[in-house]
Amino acid sequence: MADYELTDLTIAAARTGLRNRDFSSVELVQAHIDAGEAARDLNAYITPTPERAQTMAAAADAALASDEAGMLTGIPIAVKDLFCTQGVATTAASHILEGFIPPYESSVTANLWRQGGVMLGKANLDEFAMGSANVTSYYGTVTNPWQATSGPLKGKDLVPGGSSGGSASAVASRIAMGAVGTDTGGSIRQPASFCGVVGMKPTYGRCSRWGTIAFASSLDQAGPLTRSVEDAAIMLGAMAGHDPKDSTSVDIDVPDYQAGLRASVKGLKVGIPKEYRVDDMPPEIDALWQAGAEWLRQAGAEIVEISLPLTKYALPCYYIVAPAEASSNLARYDGIRYGLRVDGKDLVDTYEGTRAAGFGDEVQRRIMIGTYVLSSGYYDAYYLKAQKVRTRIAEDFRAVFTECDVLLTPTAPSSAFAIGEKMDDPIAMYLNDIFTVPASMAGLPALSLPAGLDAQGLPLGLQLIGQAFDEARLLSVAQSLETAAAFDKRPIRSGAA
Amino acid sequence: MSEQLIDGQTGSWEIVVGLEIHAQAITQAKLFSGAATEFGAAANTQVSLVDAAMPGMLPVINMECVHQAIRSGLGLKAKINLHSVFDRKNYFYPDLPQGYQISQFKQPIIGEGCVSIETEEGGIKEIGVERLHLEQDAGKSVHDRHPRKTYIDLNRSGVGLMEIVSKPDIRSAEEAAAYVTKVRAILRYIGTCDGNMEEGSLRADVNVSVRRPGEDLGTRCEIKNVNSIRFVRMAVEIEARRQVDLIEAGGTVDQETRLFDPDRGETRTMRSKEEAHDYRYFPDPDLLPLEFDQALVDQLAAELPELPDEKYARFVANHGLSEYDARVLIDDRETADFFERTLTDGESKRDPKIAANWIVTELFGALNAADRSIQNSPISSAQLGGLLDLIADGTISGRIAKEVFTEMFNTGSDAGMIVKAKGLEQISDTGEIEAIIAKIIADSPDQADQYRSGNEKIAGWFVGQTMKASQGRANPGMVNKILKAKLK
Amino acid sequence: MSIDRAAVTHIARLARLRITESDKEKLAGELSDIMNWIEQLQEVETATTQPMSSVIEMALKMRPDIVDDGGKADDVLANASETADGHYVTNKVIE
Repeated sequence: MADYELTDLTIAAARTGLRNRDFSSVELVQAHIDAGEAARDLNAYITPTPERAQTMAAAADAALASDEAGMLTGIPIAVKDLFCTQGVATTAASHILEGFIPPYESSVTANLWRQGGVMLGKANLDEFAMGSANVTSYYGTVTNPWQATSGPLKGKDLVPGGSSGGSASAVASRIAMGAVGTDTGGSIRQPASFCGVVGMKPTYGRCSRWGTIAFASSLDQAGPLTRSVEDAAIMLGAMAGHDPKDSTSVDIDVPDYQAGLRASVKGLKVGIPKEYRVDDMPPEIDALWQAGAEWLRQAGAEIVEISLPLTKYALPCYYIVAPAEASSNLARYDGIRYGLRVDGKDLVDTYEGTRAAGFGDEVQRRIMIGTYVLSSGYYDAYYLKAQKVRTRIAEDFRAVFTECDVLLTPTAPSSAFAIGEKMDDPIAMYLNDIFTVPASMAGLPALSLPAGLDAQGLPLGLQLIGQAFDEARLLSVAQSLETAAAFDKRPIRSGAA
Repeated sequence: MSEQLIDGQTGSWEIVVGLEIHAQAITQAKLFSGAATEFGAAANTQVSLVDAAMPGMLPVINMECVHQAIRSGLGLKAKINLHSVFDRKNYFYPDLPQGYQISQFKQPIIGEGCVSIETEEGGIKEIGVERLHLEQDAGKSVHDRHPRKTYIDLNRSGVGLMEIVSKPDIRSAEEAAAYVTKVRAILRYIGTCDGNMEEGSLRADVNVSVRRPGEDLGTRCEIKNVNSIRFVRMAVEIEARRQVDLIEAGGTVDQETRLFDPDRGETRTMRSKEEAHDYRYFPDPDLLPLEFDQALVDQLAAELPELPDEKYARFVANHGLSEYDARVLIDDRETADFFERTLTDGESKRDPKIAANWIVTELFGALNAADRSIQNSPISSAQLGGLLDLIADGTISGRIAKEVFTEMFNTGSDAGMIVKAKGLEQISDTGEIEAIIAKIIADSPDQADQYRSGNEKIAGWFVGQTMKASQGRANPGMVNKILKAKLK
Repeated sequence: MSIDRAAVTHIARLARLRITESDKEKLAGELSDIMNWIEQLQEVETATTQPMSSVIEMALKMRPDIVDDGGKADDVLANASETADGHYVTNKVIE
């Protein structure tokens, strides 16, 4: 028996262990399946797939034995249940996809399996990825493995953030080595911050959207959640790439991100956008942000204050664009070809009954907003206006990237909050994404990494935003920050330790 | 003026018509997926996961649909927009799996153009084209398989359509029919739509309103999915009459969508569309703007075949055809091609006027009687050419030629073989004809006397007798000449 | 921008959502709050700005005109709640 827990390994370390035959993929995967069984109350998975995992692990061991290993051979991964997986129920955490079993595999997950990855199960999420706390899932709330060690939250179950809450919770609690999530306005980065893991949204177009259930098509992007920057680099390298089946997937080479991690930050200019210093920001988040800037300066980077004047408009802009696209993307759920159907007295009755029963409150709310802002008489004032503001937001980013190479900001305006909070106040919930949405609106790559704990003992993330398709540099800066932050805390719910 | 005024009880009314033609682009695969477009397959066998709008599916545009739209735009003498945008048109319907149709709303691929039609008086009228845009076809709802259910077949779902929108320049049922006929001919000429209205690859939505001459446009009704040119004509007439009667009875026309029922000869409100629509168009975020450069347009223009109007002008100017023959021959491309092939197939060149005459009268007559189209004519252009050669070189007479033609049509044999097998060659041997005539004159002394005493009309009787005796094979010119000499 | 019950009813109909009468009031309030919050966008000057058409700069990809899909009626119909004779089946549609 090894003198360490298999579930504590990073992907990078596990790859070495597998190649050295220190353990098999079957053993590694079984350790994660067992840990997952023990942590079922976190509700991180909607559909665990242990049998498939073991079949894939056995195949991985065979590949390792014949030296045919890919980038992720034998590595157990959780898949946000927004990716269609062939022969495995895919729900988007919605009642409306009741019983849906895709006869196809999403391009991103197909890439992961081609590189030898092993699927542990389908991770919980907010319904159709609409939420910031993983409280809108039809399959129940996900619990954050972290708990407050002091203060009013002590002893309470906390949200993992959202929408990739199950993925973040699984990675943080060591029941998955890594996870693949999606980020529309912060759905990877914000839960990564709440759960103390690394979460990355690549540039829009870097990963294929084919086979990923759409929320907001112009924003959705797949990305990794891991316990180290290096692991994020490995996973992104395996997921990314051009897909002729997605018109918005970009046909440019995927660099070797892991190799790129060695690049120095010396001489790089790191921008600090002053508009992110919002009025009611908790002082400890501000302090951590300044500490982050200081760490990068000590590593040789130059810190420059920059301005993104439209920052505060990104969130309301997002809440026009994303619901508008969603209202249209979710029109296909009509009960005829797949999923739930509630038969009514006539066609309209069937449509309305199916969709009323199938969609939860938040999804319905966003469909209503989206339908409204596109409707006759309001299109110009809302949707068109928002797309113009979006142009200006992207122009702002382009302008600041003539002055600096990456931006450093906090990931979220708070640490994790208690389950049940902000439930009755949609806008308060939306404000969770205030720091993550601007990069989404501009399609830029961004990454959150855990940088410290707040006074309650809960993790806080820092966000780095890079230039389009400059993920390699973003990752190298992140690794420098990770080294300096030396974040080594682990949640109370994380296996044996 | 080819305007058709309707006489109402309170005076006359003018008809105003605008047409939206939905023409299926000729392509192998659908507009945004790799499923086949072929007509008539078993239900849902030509459906990709994209066409069925499975979760997470994405559209990728078929290049050939773009090219076909550009070619069509060139054929309609229209502005080609190098930058256009695909929008989503949102509405719920069981045969619309995505819950939206990908179409082009604000920025279509093709802008303004024009189509010239011939009016009933023989003049030319220009009908404005507002735009042409690309869009997805919907699936098919089958209502007659079950008393309480509708069945859905998505084979058509996602097939690429070109919607051609006319300006409201049309003023009569005849003009509406002429416009559809002409647009159909143009698309068929350039090979962008097969124009098959029975299979639904070309159908029209007809917008009809009426007004007092000179006044502002009245409220229009849209008659959906009219699927033959005859029905276009009928629908305009019936709907215009309905509106006039309605207004004159003190009613008002509601802007609405109506169905044309040819069996009952009426239009009626579509119940399923009674709800006011709000399509919530917005640019499809799954697609980027459609952009191409002028070089592509130029290349497609250079490859474009001759269009009907140009062909007509050339047939009249270069081939010396009558306007009537030219118009009939250019009506569709197959006929025009048949005609041109008839002139050149084989070794010799043939007289265009004679060839046109044979096609327009003999061939069309026979095809009509046999209910066949020129594409499956039993007589090929080369065979018809062969027949014309036999006439030209005097091997057979025009009269015999008609007999040979009938035989060719019935058997598919070459003219030369029929002539040879039946011994129908024209007799042009002077001695042989002289011998026949000498015998007739000898047998008919009374008639010969009549001629000699000044009754020259009786020469016709001798010609008839000679032809009869030669079974029609004697060269008529020679018969006339020899008769005159012998009867002196 | 205030959204009243009537507007909620209208939007819900467009979106084919059945909202109970009791929920309409609550939803009207929530949607009004959200729209009022969104209203701040009007402060942004956009008189000369083009609406964003794509966040990444690239040309639209095109596929060749090749039939490489279809022929999978079983897959297409596999998840439907009701099928008959190779068709999807739904309530009678009256034209």
